[in-house]
Amino acid sequence: MRVEYTEDQRLVHQTVREFAARELRPRARAWDAAGAFPEEVVAPIARLGLWGMTVPPELGGAGIDAVSMALAIEALAWGDGGVALSVAAHNSLCAGHIVRAGTAEQKRRYLPRLASGEDLGAWCLTEPDSGSDAAGLATRAVRRGDRWVLNGTKAFVTQGSIAGVYVVMARTDPDAGHRGISAFIVERGTPGLRIGKHEDKLGMRSSDTAEVVFEDCEVAEEQMLGAPGEGFRDAMRVLEGGRIGIGALALGLGRAALDAAVAYARERRAFGRPIAEFQAIQWMLADTATELDAAELLVMEAAARAQHGRPYRLESSMAKLFASEAAARAASRAVQIHGGYGFIKDYPVERIYRDVKLCEIGEGTSEVQRLIIAREVLA
Amino acid sequence: MHVVVCVKQVPDTEAPIRIRPDGQGVDESGLTFVMNYYDEHAVEEAIRIKERAGGTVTLIAAGPARAAEALRAGLAMGADQAIHIQDPALDGLDHLALARVLTAAIASVPYDLVLCGKLATDDNAAVIGPALAEFLDLPQATAVTRLELGDGTATAHREVEGGVEVLEISLPAVVTVERNINEPRYPSLPGIMRAKRTPITVKTIADLGVDLGGSGAARVRLLGLAPPPARPPGRMLEGEPAEVVRELVRLLREEARVL
Repeated sequence: MRVEYTEDQRLVHQTVREFAARELRPRARAWDAAGAFPEEVVAPIARLGLWGMTVPPELGGAGIDAVSMALAIEALAWGDGGVALSVAAHNSLCAGHIVRAGTAEQKRRYLPRLASGEDLGAWCLTEPDSGSDAAGLATRAVRRGDRWVLNGTKAFVTQGSIAGVYVVMARTDPDAGHRGISAFIVERGTPGLRIGKHEDKLGMRSSDTAEVVFEDCEVAEEQMLGAPGEGFRDAMRVLEGGRIGIGALALGLGRAALDAAVAYARERRAFGRPIAEFQAIQWMLADTATELDAAELLVMEAAARAQHGRPYRLESSMAKLFASEAAARAASRAVQIHGGYGFIKDYPVERIYRDVKLCEIGEGTSEVQRLIIAREVLA
Repeated sequence: MHVVVCVKQVPDTEAPIRIRPDGQGVDESGLTFVMNYYDEHAVEEAIRIKERAGGTVTLIAAGPARAAEALRAGLAMGADQAIHIQDPALDGLDHLALARVLTAAIASVPYDLVLCGKLATDDNAAVIGPALAEFLDLPQATAVTRLELGDGTATAHREVEGGVEVLEISLPAVVTVERNINEPRYPSLPGIMRAKRTPITVKTIADLGVDLGGSGAARVRLLGLAPPPARPPGRMLEGEPAEVVRELVRLLREEARVL
């Protein structure tokens, strides 16, 4: 069974898949080796409208539905995981947070720049000492006259060293726990905003990940995003949407692994016949195909709920958890089917195997997803 | 400048084709359909003309309900309107009869130029463009690689054996395009959203006032379809590289005769 997509959703998927096949896939290996975000993709991705998926049309965005967005991210990831991650984080987290919590003025000021790709967006929640325990963040924002002064270090920030717009979660009330956290928009070039270490990663190497440091970084009062003390709650809602994106991303990587495994199994011969004729290989392919279809149903169910304004916290966690683990199994089996050739960089499955691991960690680890799901189950 | 583009939806050229048991068509189950590649270039050319000189781009397709997807793709690229000729009788038409139906649809809108792909990748016939020119009584240029529009005329470049042929034709005209005329853009997401809201005009053959009785009836009958012969298996050469290369060169020269 498959989700029934509308004509325009199919067109979105087909268009982005074709783009990924022609513009991303052939370069993925070189980008992976370089370990840097390929700036040359910004303009073509902008022409497709993919930087503004979450941005309303009147502010220069595509304003597409959540299912279409998941399909677009899946299609990008099929071509290159890191580029898909950059697009997903830009849309779901940075632009998504401003769409959710921004004032009309903030939206007017930042969303057109983000939608056009003129500025890439970063979202700073995680810190060196707080990841899953996001509410334990230590970055401080202190009021000084009509301004806020930020101090602290953010870790593993996607687009960290290349973004033009940073959304930053910081503690404005040290005594109020997660209710003492607020969000701010900080522009690149603001004195006191410093780009720290560029991370050399296992996978998703074509996405930029860096530390972002705030040292007496002063922003105007109107840079606060959302109500004071609501930054953490907004961030958690933003992540609910982001998880659909990571689920879709995992699905795209899983499908790329399956496609590569099927092609290789048909071509590679052993004992006088293609290895696709051996049941040991067939069962791996069958399990992968089944699990990826199940993942697709979960991801699209979560996206459809988001689109129709229904609660989707449980569904997005389930989708992200299952899709990322299914895709990791898909990549592992694809490497196994390739044998020695799966262990070297000449075939794409070696990269996919490394890329897919991020999906079990980023935007909430698998353990955090199980925690969220268990809470809902036991509620 | 009002440009009409005829587009056809065809099976993806990479999709495996299975012939129906009755031998009268292909099994469409599980087949992916896309806009004919040559037609994508025609749509791109039309949109570029509109971007330079203003005007409109109208798409016309004849085919079953699924053909609307090709029209949506063209609208998403930037075309303004679309006509979808949907009629059970389309199935039995030969190319000339289909060209008569398309002619009536083209005549129902204002146009200065009619663009088509050079051929459709499914049946490889390359009949529709020239037939439209005939039925519309217009000059034509086929397999065009470069098109420049002047005042009431157009200059068309064609690749011919050993060189480039340059033609001047008066407008309106029918032009079929080669794939190297341009690089088609991808439909953009905002374009897809806009296309979703653009209504596609659906017409039957009767709506177009075409009477296919008599001379319009099919004069070509499909006798059957057969798959191409299976490719013989490849041969692996084994041994020392120097020997293998010598043997490969010998085989290429003596057996394959490509050297």
